[in-house]
Amino acid sequence: MEFTFDLNTIWFILIGILLTGYAILDGFDLGVGALHLFVKEDQERRIMINSIGPVWDGNEVWLVTGGGALFAAFPLVYATVFSGFYTALILLLFSLIFRAIAIEFRSKQPMKWWRQMWDVSFSISSILIAFLMGVALGNIVTGISLDSQKEFYGSFFSLINPYTFMVGITTVALFMMHGSIYVVMKTEGELQKKIRGWVNNAIIFFVISYVMTTMYTLIYYPHMVEHFKNTPILFLVAVINMLAIANIPREIFHGREFRAFLSSCISIAALMALFAIGLFPNIVFSNPNLENSLTIYNAASSQKTLGIMLTIAIIGIPFVLAYTISIYWIFRGKVKIDTTSY
Amino acid sequence: MNVEMLSRFQFAVTIAFHYIFPPLSIGLGVLLVIMEGLYLKTKNKLYEHLTKFWVKIFALTFAMGVATGIVMEFEFGTNWATYSRFVGDVFGSALAAEGIFAFFLESGFLAILVFGWNKVSPRIHFLSTIMVSFGSMLSAVWIVVANSWQQTPSGFHITGQGINARAEITNFWAMVFNPSSVDRLSHVLSGAWLAGAFFVLSVSAYYLLKKKHIEFAQASFKIALGMALFASLFQLFTGHQSAIGISKTQPAKLAAFEAHYDSSAIGDLYLFGWVNDNEQKVNLGLKIPGMLSYLIYGDTKARVTGLNAFNEANRPPVNIVFQSYHIMVAIGFILIGLSLVALFLWWKKKLFNQKWLLWIFVFSVFGPQLANQLGWISAEVGRQPWIVYGLLKTSESLSKVVQANQVVFSLIMFTAIYFLLFILFIYLLNGKIQHGPDVPESIQSEYEHQKALLERE
Repeated sequence: MEFTFDLNTIWFILIGILLTGYAILDGFDLGVGALHLFVKEDQERRIMINSIGPVWDGNEVWLVTGGGALFAAFPLVYATVFSGFYTALILLLFSLIFRAIAIEFRSKQPMKWWRQMWDVSFSISSILIAFLMGVALGNIVTGISLDSQKEFYGSFFSLINPYTFMVGITTVALFMMHGSIYVVMKTEGELQKKIRGWVNNAIIFFVISYVMTTMYTLIYYPHMVEHFKNTPILFLVAVINMLAIANIPREIFHGREFRAFLSSCISIAALMALFAIGLFPNIVFSNPNLENSLTIYNAASSQKTLGIMLTIAIIGIPFVLAYTISIYWIFRGKVKIDTTSY
Repeated sequence: MNVEMLSRFQFAVTIAFHYIFPPLSIGLGVLLVIMEGLYLKTKNKLYEHLTKFWVKIFALTFAMGVATGIVMEFEFGTNWATYSRFVGDVFGSALAAEGIFAFFLESGFLAILVFGWNKVSPRIHFLSTIMVSFGSMLSAVWIVVANSWQQTPSGFHITGQGINARAEITNFWAMVFNPSSVDRLSHVLSGAWLAGAFFVLSVSAYYLLKKKHIEFAQASFKIALGMALFASLFQLFTGHQSAIGISKTQPAKLAAFEAHYDSSAIGDLYLFGWVNDNEQKVNLGLKIPGMLSYLIYGDTKARVTGLNAFNEANRPPVNIVFQSYHIMVAIGFILIGLSLVALFLWWKKKLFNQKWLLWIFVFSVFGPQLANQLGWISAEVGRQPWIVYGLLKTSESLSKVVQANQVVFSLIMFTAIYFLLFILFIYLLNGKIQHGPDVPESIQSEYEHQKALLERE
């Protein structure tokens, strides 16, 4: 298909940016959650939670807004995917509820069992959220069974197969790596030393999962690389991705956590870009019966609405960036526990 | 039960539970702005204690609102896919606007409000408080706009036919300012202010009765009373405006509010009653003849469109709407009465030693909560059988691929989880209230505390 830079394409990119923002931002705080139980001491666990304390809620807004934008720009995708993935989505929602509540409730009571309960809840739900998101992403790659009405006709269990499972694991690994770097950046002393040691393990875990997933994709889902074959310049994205990942241990070694974290952000953005390029102009592949796929054209809102939404986005995005940057600036530096902390 | 009933039920459970929290956040948010503003203006430490204490309560309700709110965003797609396809172009836009304009604003500045006391200057902190409050109301704007469009659709056209029919925006501002938006938004906001005001009144009254944190409680009480007075009277006005609007845009709903069947009859206003839908009459009722006609048209002899003007299949369930509407209105008047009595006693300088009144205030927190829920029941059940008034029926809006057993699972889980959350919320809230504000005078109250412990033994 010819690439035309129309409103549908712009919205495909914008939703991609929102979800990339989500993956980068909530990615690290899901990663912190995934690592949480490996830290044993109460005070250290408090530092873990408070490292994301002021920002996790705002990070989740990227998902909420991404969902809203999908609803507005591609309502058919929103409807088909959310009703088709019903049980998976409901599990995701429960995890999101428990995670939010765990962060808020954990340190409000001193009892050991209380804190342990919420620590487990926080960590498991963080892992589950990352995993389910990965499984969803995997299903978008493999394609799902859509009928001529563009309705999903598979079952919950048809969504889980070795490939989607592996994308789920890769996502958990990615966020663990990303989260561990974030914690190193936000902590000091013993805790920092301990977690600095974990970063490399997390990178190895991620790279192994990633390489396997990539091989799997190349062999069984070659439609994801069509655009890369036709437009070789796009391969640069894959190069950037690998260089960014390779740069992380180097920066960590030199004690430059912030640059390591930036590298990790870049690698997530590159991964999302690889995924989006492979997908374009489809949003949901139909497998089998490719002709039933949901694309940025047959699933979109009217041109008028896409235009209105673009105006809204152009007005809104500078504000969003301004808030996000100011909040991270105000809460920069190492975590200190005080009376206002969780 | 079939998928339709289950999905309706699940939506009702999740939205009703969610709606406990946002009104509290909106109402408390405005009070925080007043309290912190007073602190900056007077430099009186008392107002700082006030702000810091209520911020903690605010943070708790806000977190509950966030946790239960994400569900709502996804539930349109999971359970109401046909609806989502039909309205995505319109409704989705409002939802996306809420995300980009309101949620980012709220969540960003909330971080400073809650965690930033020592990180930014007092002025920036105050600015953050204002922004959080503004953001929470902006969020109400977009969500009420979206819902109002379902009540009174405008600024759109329908394209496609049958299952491919979709509503598309033709005029964005006509969609935003649809005929019921402004009336309903002001009604929702003042309902939220009432929820916040009576919450603070309730906790303060409790402290006064327990003779704890007296100075703190009196100051909180006075500020909240001011807002309660304003909001309860404003609510009367917005409610009246809404009813007039409904008479034009959704006459079936208005007729159901007052169980008015016969279009050739003048409209009576019931104070209470029990509707017998089969015989089309109200049992055990007390009515003011012609009052409905007077309130709507300024003429006691005016005819009001009755339910019989509508095909039976297009009428809402009358008694539910009648009861929820009447109890809501009754609560509204009680809140006005309470506010006025308290104001009078304040003026007489006898407010804080009226134990009976303080006890009423302790329980008054349930008033706005109940009225807010009942108001939404009136609005949403009153719109039935339509999900988008006159365009799409609720029964035709379901996800075709979702099976009953899936919804049974999710409904049971939501109910169980929300039940648990509610208990935990009350438990933590109670903990915070019992702990009270971190005021230096609490050193003195340690004596009180020990005395109380001794008395209990």
